[in-house]
Amino acid sequence: MYSDKVMDHFQNPRNVGTMEDADGIGQMGNPVCGDMMTFYIKVKENRIADVKFQTFGCGAAIAVSSMVSEMALGKTIEEALKITNESVAEELGGLPKNKLHCSNLGADALHKAIEDYQEKRKAKESSETVPEKKEEGENDSCSCPYCEGPIEGLESSCQSCHIEFEDCPECHKPMNKKADDCPHCGATKPRV
Amino acid sequence: MRRIYLDHIAGTPLHEDVVEAMLPYLEEKFGNPQSLHSAGQEALEAIEGAREKVARLINAESSEIFYTSSGSEANNLALKGFALALRNKGKHIVLSSIEHQSILNSAKFLEKLGFTFSHIPVDKYGMVDPEDVQKAISKETILVSIMLANGEVGTIEPLAEIAEICRNREVLLHTDAVDAVGNMPVDVKILGVDALSLAGNQFYGPKGSAALFIKKGRRILPFIDGGIQEGGRRAGTEDVPAIVGLGKAAELALQNMDPRKEKMETLRDTLIKRLLVSIEHTVLTGHPEKRLPHHASFCVEFVEGESMLLNLDMQGIACSSGSSCTSRALKASHVLLAMGIDHALAQSSLVFSMIDSNAPEDIDYLLEVFPPIIERLRKMSPIYTQYLEEKKK
Repeated sequence: MYSDKVMDHFQNPRNVGTMEDADGIGQMGNPVCGDMMTFYIKVKENRIADVKFQTFGCGAAIAVSSMVSEMALGKTIEEALKITNESVAEELGGLPKNKLHCSNLGADALHKAIEDYQEKRKAKESSETVPEKKEEGENDSCSCPYCEGPIEGLESSCQSCHIEFEDCPECHKPMNKKADDCPHCGATKPRV
Repeated sequence: MRRIYLDHIAGTPLHEDVVEAMLPYLEEKFGNPQSLHSAGQEALEAIEGAREKVARLINAESSEIFYTSSGSEANNLALKGFALALRNKGKHIVLSSIEHQSILNSAKFLEKLGFTFSHIPVDKYGMVDPEDVQKAISKETILVSIMLANGEVGTIEPLAEIAEICRNREVLLHTDAVDAVGNMPVDVKILGVDALSLAGNQFYGPKGSAALFIKKGRRILPFIDGGIQEGGRRAGTEDVPAIVGLGKAAELALQNMDPRKEKMETLRDTLIKRLLVSIEHTVLTGHPEKRLPHHASFCVEFVEGESMLLNLDMQGIACSSGSSCTSRALKASHVLLAMGIDHALAQSSLVFSMIDSNAPEDIDYLLEVFPPIIERLRKMSPIYTQYLEEKKK
């Protein structure tokens, strides 16, 4: 089912743990969806000097978070922000199709930790209080992109608005089978 | 590496006697049971002999046994076949909310044809209350289908009581007994059911061998049309080797029922007792006593099912999370949710199912390797960290 690289990261995940004095913390997913990841980063001179993560999830989710942590370590903030879910999956030698959604959380959680770090720094600079965390708006894995009804991301149709889904060929998130544009990445589907 | 198989609910190995019985029909005895020449008649005798053995296992008449290719097909045939045969009488069917996908999805198909369904809830043990079945039956009801035992949580349903209600209300009763037959005594006369699904791969028979018991006089419409095989209820050339294997497996199951059951129950009870003690924050799913003899299922808090399953597999232990169908679809188990277990905990389910040839040492080994796996995965779990922090407060 999984590539050797995925199994290696699953069996020996790198950088597992928490961080007492993290500069940024990011969390994605929730146990209801089946996957949840927390990333902690320490930043020195605009570089990710240390990274730790914790993951509740399947083999793919654990391997993805481990790979993200490895890819992020030592990178500048700008470089780390360029890590995409696709590049992580690629680095892992591919993931089973039905597990691609697990990989969506990995890079997102890291980016959230970076955002958290940037916000904290901004707040420090302008000596304001830390702004309240933004409401999570793109929790794609748990809501229909069209009606916001609850989905797990793998159904063939939405229970609430009955739109039939297929995976977007670009970002692999669920999109309306009949639509031409993906609501997540805007990719246009070639008409067959 | 040591290999321990504890996923027998997904299929048992073939008994050596079953293989031996099947072999001639894979080799020289290849006749088609519908042919009039002696090669055909030899095959016909074989499948009719098997029919008698299957009938005896559940105390039915051999004319009441209809072979199918799987438990799922038997369930499809029962639900769709009865619904279509009785559609002029009424269009309402009663199910439990923890049925197998082959029942639930057959229901979805029938909904498109205008049938309506009531899904009976279950309690925290996965048990149906016969009172609820009574209440759900209306003048429009033609059929009730409640499983005999659930493969995900092991709970055995009060079928005889439900059958009495159905008889009084003159409604047919089908039961999906796939996970039960061969592993515990099942008697269609004591249960009082009109139809029952069983599958050979649950008790040392081959995959692809299954049957539907249909009580004499109950009309059913076939959905595979063709020749006159299976009394016109299921067309298609018979899978003779599989059927012969099913017959042999049924014969062995009947002969060895008590000692097999006793052995499996001892293993099950030891596993349940010791696992709950050795790993904290673990709950048994399903009924503590009224459960399949070979079935032990749990939710291990703060850890996701697939990661446990893969780690156990790397140590040579095979088990399942939710049902094997559920685990590939990656959805939280509908059975656990129906029992009121929350979504997060439902992700943490694990099922161990044994056969009588499992040794007590297998359980020892499982309990040796499993706790360190859980400890490692919990250290990695943000939910466990959250729990520990909240506990500190």
